[in-house]
Amino acid sequence: MAATTTTAPAGVEAPRRRRSSVSSRDARHAWWFIAPWIVGFLVFTAWPMIYSAYLSLTDYDVISDPRFVGFDNYRELFADPKVALALRNTLIYTVMAVPAHILLALGLALLLDRAARSAGFFRTAFFLPKMTPPVAIGVLLLLLFNGQRGAINTMLGWFGIDGPAWTTDPDWVKPGLVMIGLWTVGSTVIILLAALRNVPTDLYDAARVDGAGFWHRTRAVTLPMISGPLFFVVVVNTIAALQLFTEAYTAFFGSGNTTYSNDAALFYAIYLFQQAFEYLHMGYASALAWLLFLVIMAITAVQMLVSRRVVYYEGDAR
Amino acid sequence: MRAVRWAVPGAAVLLVLTACARGTGGGEGTAAPSFDPDADVSGKLTVMGFGAGDEIGETRLARAEESMPDVDVSLIEGDLDIQAFLSAVAAGDPPDIVYANRDQIGTFASRGAVVPLDECYASQDIDQDAFRDAALAQVTFGDQLYGVPEFNQVQLTMANQSLLDAAGLTIEDVNGSDWDAVTAATTALSKSDGGAVSVIGYDSKMPEFLPLWAKANGADLLSEDGRTAQLDDPKVLEALEFAVNVYDVQGGFAGVKSARDAADFFGSGNQFASSTLGAMPMEQWYINVLNENSPDAPMAFDAFRTPEGEPLAYATGSAWAIPAGSANAEAACRFAASMVSFDSWMAAAQARADAREQEGLVFTGVLTGNEKADEEIRSTLVTVTDEPWASGVNAMYEANEHTFSLPANPADSEFKAAWQDAVNRVLNGQQEPAEALAQAQEEAQKALDAAWERWDGGTTD
Repeated sequence: MAATTTTAPAGVEAPRRRRSSVSSRDARHAWWFIAPWIVGFLVFTAWPMIYSAYLSLTDYDVISDPRFVGFDNYRELFADPKVALALRNTLIYTVMAVPAHILLALGLALLLDRAARSAGFFRTAFFLPKMTPPVAIGVLLLLLFNGQRGAINTMLGWFGIDGPAWTTDPDWVKPGLVMIGLWTVGSTVIILLAALRNVPTDLYDAARVDGAGFWHRTRAVTLPMISGPLFFVVVVNTIAALQLFTEAYTAFFGSGNTTYSNDAALFYAIYLFQQAFEYLHMGYASALAWLLFLVIMAITAVQMLVSRRVVYYEGDAR
Repeated sequence: MRAVRWAVPGAAVLLVLTACARGTGGGEGTAAPSFDPDADVSGKLTVMGFGAGDEIGETRLARAEESMPDVDVSLIEGDLDIQAFLSAVAAGDPPDIVYANRDQIGTFASRGAVVPLDECYASQDIDQDAFRDAALAQVTFGDQLYGVPEFNQVQLTMANQSLLDAAGLTIEDVNGSDWDAVTAATTALSKSDGGAVSVIGYDSKMPEFLPLWAKANGADLLSEDGRTAQLDDPKVLEALEFAVNVYDVQGGFAGVKSARDAADFFGSGNQFASSTLGAMPMEQWYINVLNENSPDAPMAFDAFRTPEGEPLAYATGSAWAIPAGSANAEAACRFAASMVSFDSWMAAAQARADAREQEGLVFTGVLTGNEKADEEIRSTLVTVTDEPWASGVNAMYEANEHTFSLPANPADSEFKAAWQDAVNRVLNGQQEPAEALAQAQEEAQKALDAAWERWDGGTTD
């Protein structure tokens, strides 16, 4: 009797052991498969991050040994008026660029979602500019937004509008960059279009039966149903805007533009680059990088908190 | 808990590795290597930042290679990548010789990235006296030579003769000798079409030419010893106000810049050929651009002149420097000596003159940075007599005799950024000139003090 009470039936125990063994083997295989990524992450992401954290506590010019200076670099950050200027420029740009980017992308995605035959063509057409190198976009900005002979002001002139000096007037530099940034809206359009295609049609049918028009259906069905992907593109575009560099640097700080520059285009990543690679203040630049990292973390955290109230995930219990 | 158990030792290992990563660089390699004129040279010679893109470069490179038959010269072409260069020095694997802008030499020397070359000059009999003073000053840091200079960029006045004639003006009105006349000529020459600038009367070429305008007004942006910024000097302020006012009388900098940006600067429809620019100070290489692309442009040339009527030019150029830790410093020294030798310059100039003749173009000379070579090239190879190009060449050589430069200093990038940003803030309407220069003075002096403190404190030792 004792044997029967202390030993589980063979038919029950054997499959569990097999499952455990299979599970363990699967786990080992999984680790092997993700090992290259882990190695890459440790070598190319974690290690540089940790090293830059260390460098941010030093005075380092690439040639000489890093000299430990404690938190001097961080103290200097708060006393440096250009850090404040660069942060302000970057935040203003982000506040302008992200909504503009999302709204235009959403509008185009909604249009594409309604276009049956030509959707494929327009999808490609909208995405193609994304393939343009950012340096070319920077140069394009100077040509298109030339205050006197650029295409933008020429078109505004057709409507009797005297366009501003986009590339020199500090008040118009950022709007110009926001507008040229819309050139690459294609990838966001594709993501939102995919999300729109996943919205169950029966929800729309039910809304129609209830007498909902296009705008009502969009507000009550479409937006809640694509809020997950929408939140994703908001986060990704916010991070990209906070790290804006190439287009602005090419247009306003690059060597092709002689020595002209514009304070209104001094974005945080540009100032960081100047400190690191033009003035060789690697320690200070590392501190700048960590401050940007913390700013992005904080903004993303706030977005995540807000998303709990406004983002709907299918199958989510909330 | 397992994650925490792994995280703690993992972080410890990474921190230890981080600490171990220190000490890869350092100034220990800054001592000058010995140079022996009789030593055999062989092996590989890596040259960073130099591309033999034309006959001037190709000819001199070929001669340098011939002079060292056992040395395999390898070029890393393109502009010198400062980050790549300094990283290579820090890693102990630098190129054997670098080709840099002369104004970078002070910064490299102050950080121990390049070695003193006084002994190299002596061993190869490089004639210091042959170099232009302004060029030599840019490669001299702490009373030692850290570079072998070559080429000279100078500015001269270029103008559209047709526009001058139509306005009843002459080149003397726009050559800088009378600032009131320049302003008046600007007003007379400039035109606008529906609010847009259609003809730029005069382009004072700000921000890049502030040192030129300031020097013409009797002020240097930086003290002779490279330690004190002088950006708030009243004469610098006066020069800035004048140069900016030149734009203001044409409707503001924004309009001029828009017209400038839209111009076909290097093509046949350039601003002079299309009569959309009255006059400007410009570097001498633009004579060749104009001659090649718009030989019929109605040009007029003169030196850029001070209010006293004296020619003046702000000299810039290139230099050879030998990195600390160069594996083949001996060959590098000989290579540099060959590249700047009188014979090499003459051979290169002959090659250029021949090439220009074959193309049916005039040879306008080469400014080598070497006084003797300049004189010989001009007297034996420069035969242009056709106007306006002969006047252009004369103005170029006149300017070449009256140059100045900013002294070598350990914070050149920051110093330049300070005054250029100040000019830009004024041009963009964000600050008044006095306020902008006061801010620039503070920024520049702070950067200079920090850099000199590092040098004086011997942290590169």
